[in-house]
Amino acid sequence: MAETPMTTGRGWTDSIRRFFDGDIWHSFTRSPVTMVAAGITFLYFFMAAFGPWIAPHNPFDLASITLLDASLPPAWMEYGDPRFWLGTDIQGRDVLSAIIYGSRVSLLIGFASVILSLILGVGLGLISGFVGGAVDAFIMRVAEIQLSFPSILIALLINGVLRGAMDIQDQADLAYTVLILSIGLSNWVQYARTVRGSTMVERNKEYVQAAHVIGIRPILIMWRHILPNVLGPVLVIATIQLALAIIAEATLSFLGVGLPPTEPSLGTLIRVGNDYLFSGEWWITIFPGAALAILVLAVNLLGDWLRDALNPKLR
Amino acid sequence: MVSFLIRRVVQAILVMLAVAFLSFSMFNYAGDPVNNMVGQEASREDRAELRERLGLNDPFPVQFARFVGNAIQGNFGISYQLQRPVADLIAERMPATLELVLVSAILALSTGIPLGVYCGIARHSWLSRFFLTISLVGVSLPTFVIGIFLIYIFAVTLGVLPSFGRGGVVELGWWKTSFLTADGWRSLIMPAITLSLFQTTLIMRLVRAEMLEVMRTDYIKFARARGLSNRAINFGHALKNTLVPVITIAGLNIGALIAFSIITETVFQWPGMGLLFIQAVSFADVPIMSGYLVLVALVFVTINLIVDLLYYAVDPRLKVDRGTSAGRIA
Repeated sequence: MAETPMTTGRGWTDSIRRFFDGDIWHSFTRSPVTMVAAGITFLYFFMAAFGPWIAPHNPFDLASITLLDASLPPAWMEYGDPRFWLGTDIQGRDVLSAIIYGSRVSLLIGFASVILSLILGVGLGLISGFVGGAVDAFIMRVAEIQLSFPSILIALLINGVLRGAMDIQDQADLAYTVLILSIGLSNWVQYARTVRGSTMVERNKEYVQAAHVIGIRPILIMWRHILPNVLGPVLVIATIQLALAIIAEATLSFLGVGLPPTEPSLGTLIRVGNDYLFSGEWWITIFPGAALAILVLAVNLLGDWLRDALNPKLR
Repeated sequence: MVSFLIRRVVQAILVMLAVAFLSFSMFNYAGDPVNNMVGQEASREDRAELRERLGLNDPFPVQFARFVGNAIQGNFGISYQLQRPVADLIAERMPATLELVLVSAILALSTGIPLGVYCGIARHSWLSRFFLTISLVGVSLPTFVIGIFLIYIFAVTLGVLPSFGRGGVVELGWWKTSFLTADGWRSLIMPAITLSLFQTTLIMRLVRAEMLEVMRTDYIKFARARGLSNRAINFGHALKNTLVPVITIAGLNIGALIAFSIITETVFQWPGMGLLFIQAVSFADVPIMSGYLVLVALVFVTINLIVDLLYYAVDPRLKVDRGTSAGRIA
């Protein structure tokens, strides 16, 4: 009996269905900008998921790269080669394919770090709001302190400490882990604060007290009963944070403390290409830069729309 | 008031200790300091002697206390790579960063506030929609991408602005300024715009939101009923009341500008503290890294403290609502 979410009528599937019900879908179909943004985001996801099958070349297959193709401009320009739409880089790799592979890496790290900070933030927020007292005060004080520093600085700090703790070989092998940890750990505060607020409201509602009365363990009350009811705003934050996480990854890679050139993300591509900007090979850095900007803009537009659609005050 | 003050100061000290602890722990992880300081030919006895002299055999709390003691006196040791005191290196690079941050902050305020006021008043005009859209693009473009695009347009294609460095500098004592030469100003334009763009959009959106809020209040309606001119209402009544949060955010953002200058300085090879830091990161030059982090944390904590106190002084309502610190945006 205690195991069924029926006691409250607010299970997981229910709240997800409510989340995507009527109003939101309606406002989506009414906003052409949002639909375009969703289309672009979907395109990037598709590219990321099926990169190796769509990309015209494999930029990591040394056998197919020749220096004869190096530094070719985009196909529509003089000396351009129709095989390489967006030109090639200094080693003869196809820029378009590198962007497709790079988006895959950027999105992967973006998602992984958002999931990490989401789990951490929602967990701490739930505990903070549900338990209250000294635990709450401690968690919120830490959150407040962390919030007073820009998250990119925190990410750099965590990155520095983590990289300091390992030797050079491990740094290359664990580049993904280090990035995900440093971005994930620097962004949990938003979730924690929001979830704590809604948890404190939900905690005093009758269905939670009823659950207490019939003897459900607190941890199950948090998980089964409160969590589904505080997740709405979390999805909005997660969307906006995805854009921020992608920027953070690109920034760290650009600064040279992210992914190595052997496994380039969009940020690494921009960093590497930046060196050739002055010798006239602008396409090596400008196209990855534009690809990054378009991806972040699309995700941001989606996040903005989702926030407005879920906020009854603005209707 | 006194208890609030004490609580905030204690919190500030705790934050500094936490940052100091992180900075200190980097020393212990990043290789053996003795190996970083002596050459290959140093004998085992020399190493042991140096180890003893540096106090590396002392218990952890003693070493940490010594680190904090030295840090308070501005002593962060000697750079592994450059073989010079970290304090000197940072002091040398500081003017470049501070000048860049100052110009960016002025740029952000002087464009962000008027744009925000306009978008708040002429809410539905196509021009304010245009500015809002542009500002979303501004938020979405990562700092370094903006910088690279600017370099490509103005330095590579048009060739009108220098793409790196500070240009001509004039020495005023130990302070090297680029404010006194035309070349220095030309070098400053692109980095300053790059750094300020994000803050401009932030301030613009904030002022707009505050204006919308204020325009709905009764005293604005009353001012209208009295027949005051639009100009007097918009600037005398409305804008004045939006400025408290704006000043707060602007103050807090000075710190953010210092942090983000790491990125801008890397793009434009601007010889400031941020570039020093990021170069130290790639060489695992721990003394510089820890010195920079402690310094930046100190700037942040100080600004936060001042802003909180200012807020408290300016807004009497906070005296009732104890325990929560100044409102800030995420």
